[in-house]
Amino acid sequence: MTAILSLAVLGVSLGALLGMAARYLAVEESPIVGEVEALLPGSQCGQCGYPGCGPAAAAIAAREAPVTICPPGGRGLAQALAQRLNVSVDLSGMAEQEPRVAHVHERLCVGCTKCFKRCPTDAIVGAKDQIHAVFEDACVGCGDCADVCPTECIEMRIPSQTPLNWVWPQPLAA
Amino acid sequence: MRLFRIQGGVHPEDRKGLAAGRPIEPLPMPQLLHIPLQQHIGAIANPLVQRRQHVAKGERIAHAQGPVSAPIHAPTSGRIVGLGLYPANHPSGLSVRTITLQPDGKDRWHRRIEGVGDPFALDAAEVAKRVADAGIVGMGGATFPAAVKLGLGQRYTLTTLVINGSECEPYLTCDDQLMREEPDAILDGVRIMAHALGVTRVIIGIEGNKPEAIGAISRAAAQFDQIEVATLPMRYPMGSEKHLVKTLTGRETPARGLTADIGVVVHNPATAFAVHEALRFGRPLTSRVVSVTGGAINKPRNLRVPIGTKVEDLIEHCGRFREEPQRLIAGGPMMGQPLPELRVPVMKGTNGILALTAAEVGGQTPGPCIRCGSCVTACPCGLVPLTMAAQVRAGNLDAAASAGLMDCIGCGSCAYVCPAHLPLVQFFSHAKGELAARGRAKQKQSATKRLAEQRAQRLEAQKRAKREAMARRKREAEAKQKAEAGANTERLPKAGDSANAQALAEAG
Repeated sequence: MTAILSLAVLGVSLGALLGMAARYLAVEESPIVGEVEALLPGSQCGQCGYPGCGPAAAAIAAREAPVTICPPGGRGLAQALAQRLNVSVDLSGMAEQEPRVAHVHERLCVGCTKCFKRCPTDAIVGAKDQIHAVFEDACVGCGDCADVCPTECIEMRIPSQTPLNWVWPQPLAA
Repeated sequence: MRLFRIQGGVHPEDRKGLAAGRPIEPLPMPQLLHIPLQQHIGAIANPLVQRRQHVAKGERIAHAQGPVSAPIHAPTSGRIVGLGLYPANHPSGLSVRTITLQPDGKDRWHRRIEGVGDPFALDAAEVAKRVADAGIVGMGGATFPAAVKLGLGQRYTLTTLVINGSECEPYLTCDDQLMREEPDAILDGVRIMAHALGVTRVIIGIEGNKPEAIGAISRAAAQFDQIEVATLPMRYPMGSEKHLVKTLTGRETPARGLTADIGVVVHNPATAFAVHEALRFGRPLTSRVVSVTGGAINKPRNLRVPIGTKVEDLIEHCGRFREEPQRLIAGGPMMGQPLPELRVPVMKGTNGILALTAAEVGGQTPGPCIRCGSCVTACPCGLVPLTMAAQVRAGNLDAAASAGLMDCIGCGSCAYVCPAHLPLVQFFSHAKGELAARGRAKQKQSATKRLAEQRAQRLEAQKRAKREAMARRKREAEAKQKAEAGANTERLPKAGDSANAQALAEAG
């Protein structure tokens, strides 16, 4: 009887203590996390290694993850994040990591619909037994579709260049 | 007429003598025409034809998509032999969707080509619609759909139409020659445009190095009170519309605004000619005048060329090269773009093809900037090119933008005077393109974010609907069970009755 009573009292008082601590010692979420999350693509693709954009934003805001962590965001995002967090960033390493988009090789596609069910941004169109296709403009390059494709017909490649998105190279001159 | 000064600018040697005064001759119809679907600023046109289909001259082969776009028409009658990617007349050398047409040699007009008896009886919207249907774009090289500019009267209070006959780029003579040969047609087009815009004043500005054109246009304009002809000083970039408007009216266009903000609309004489053709005869824009010139061209000429003709065919017609050209340019030497190869087609905005010799190009190797400030003096926009270029080189594009990069018109005056031969314009083109690409990336990001949110909501809604359906089915099943249970209890006494009856029978 004594044992039950003492354990019950101990449990209730410790529980109350924890509850009070949670209320009075709560750490407000840093507003920076919200701002960083607003900058991130929000497609929850997980290419950064975090389970989604929210946790990634928390890690970036806490300086645990580098600002260059988001592949779909690319250099522009890295620069925006660096500016927001007042950190200097070396973008030279990011140049190689160009954004990728999915491309369906039509000869191999069997129309299984697995990829477009997985796509976080609905960037793949298709129907059962119909060849699927990717809207490059909506693709964030997360690669989820390539992972589930049973025929390996999806390739992640550099977005196609057209005269409209082509940019004059920087001159090499002095 | 009183003229106003603009700041900056340069005086390049005009070298127009090579092709000036050569009458416009029609180019013989080439074997194949490669008609790109993107010849204008705005959305790419959408093809309306299929392979092996026969089309007549002037038949629409691609229609405009969206408010800022332009349709494309067959430059001659023939058969569509291809619909696919073909190298674009663009410095990138990349390909663009192109319709390939094999002329049948008959040059037969489409039967529904007919003009309007009196264009001045039409209202402004109808004129703009006809201009849009004819696929007319700014022929000076900017290729902005002309109908959009003719519709500006609805949103702005317009007072003046300026016709930009300055042709300030060296070498080019196509507008000059058109003004000499077709002054009445140009003036008719100008008056139709003035009618559509609802303006009372028209000024035709022509640089002083084109006395024949000034004479021809002045003679034709003498009978119209509202039209004035102004002789412009020879200074590059007089043909920049904001600078032209400043010179003629003394008023400055707000930064990153339109000339319509101060009540002025600017059009090119070749556009006026195209408007005349479209309204009077119903002929869409299917050919244009191109100056083929430069020191390396054997016989410089002004040619009327069907849209889609390969540059190669033009050069062939002009007796090929007198010496190996150092540089091939589409457009003028100051603002033109390098040609990636000779098989690219002539487009609606191609006003010149230049083949320049090594002596003309005079390519010196760039040296370090000595901060002499020549570029600052030369800049017609009041910018400081040396600072902007330094910022771009250091990768500080935002700093370059706040130093006025977006006000740069890319005229090349700074690079022309630079004693260190720095490729200043290329720095600015690179930076503008990079900033535009960042803008596009941002736009894509917000769009994909929205898509991802919408998808999450949809999945959530589907899950909820499923749960609700399951709950409903469960309720229904329960209700059914209950009802059955109720029926059973009701039936029980019946069973008793029958048992009793049986018992009675047995007893009986």
